[in-house]
Amino acid sequence: MRYLIPLVLFLVLVVFLAIGLTRNPDELPSALLDKPAPTFRLPQLKDPAKTFSADDMRGKVWVMNVWASWCVACRDEHQYLGGYSKSGAVPIYGLNYKDTSENALAWLDELGDPYVLSAVDSDGRVGMDYGVYGAPETYLIDKSGTIRLKHVGPITPDVWNKEFLPLVQQLNRQ
Amino acid sequence: MIYMTRLRLLVLLLLCLLSSAASAQVTIPDEPSDDPAVEERLARLSHELRCLQCKNQTLADSPSSIAADLRREIRTQIKAGKSDEEIIAFLRQRYGDFILFRPRVRPTTYLLWFGPFVLLAGGLFVLFRYVRQRRDAIAEQPLTAEERRRAEEMLRS
Repeated sequence: MRYLIPLVLFLVLVVFLAIGLTRNPDELPSALLDKPAPTFRLPQLKDPAKTFSADDMRGKVWVMNVWASWCVACRDEHQYLGGYSKSGAVPIYGLNYKDTSENALAWLDELGDPYVLSAVDSDGRVGMDYGVYGAPETYLIDKSGTIRLKHVGPITPDVWNKEFLPLVQQLNRQ
Repeated sequence: MIYMTRLRLLVLLLLCLLSSAASAQVTIPDEPSDDPAVEERLARLSHELRCLQCKNQTLADSPSSIAADLRREIRTQIKAGKSDEEIIAFLRQRYGDFILFRPRVRPTTYLLWFGPFVLLAGGLFVLFRYVRQRRDAIAEQPLTAEERRRAEEMLRS
């Protein structure tokens, strides 16, 4: 009996470590979940004379994708974004984060533009309000302007189908 | 062997340089303030705060771009006359408790803060019980006259 105790302790440890292995350490709990999306007004990438504000999107369910031409994982994600955008499930807006407009425009020219439009956040100050710490990051914002979902890292089809789409449908019904 | 590690280090260094050259991220250089009081507060605050990207470094130590942005923001807020509490509240609102290197004492961190003491108390309790049990188990047996004589003989030699 007493020899079983270390074995049981060991097994408990194994279970904890196994759970630890399946978790993604890069994914931090978002402090802004279910909080109002920070407001901003920024110039548009393709037409700097015009601005875009999160307030313009009141009454709509929309997705904001934080991207940059220097961001390697964004390139990885880009191959899927066009498809999500074309499906018409939800409008996808870009936040071009800490990028030069020249590089950003070249990037969109080369790979295609999946966004309704992109807002230019060259110094990353708006990104900071959204708690961005590494692109790509994606936010789902509901009709009342509340952040309902945040995903850090590329939105793979798996994440899109399992996390975003069901919530989009639910939010659109509200 | 040493040569090997040096070579590896060199390759690693070169790789680091390459990767930093490849990313044309907009980085605004750190511009220290002229006021040493501001810099001192920034240093103190940024040693308490975690870099979100390279999680084991403080904002003060991290070379990453986001850490530089946050340092710049803290500096701006210090100059604007914000208190330390206000600045930390600003950061926590955006990045959550994770940004604090010293976790707050709250129900979700009770285990972290008090777990070691609970373990220590448990260990002391087990040790104490074990020692007492042994003391009870080993009854004292006085030496017989013969044993005492032999012991003294051994001590003398």
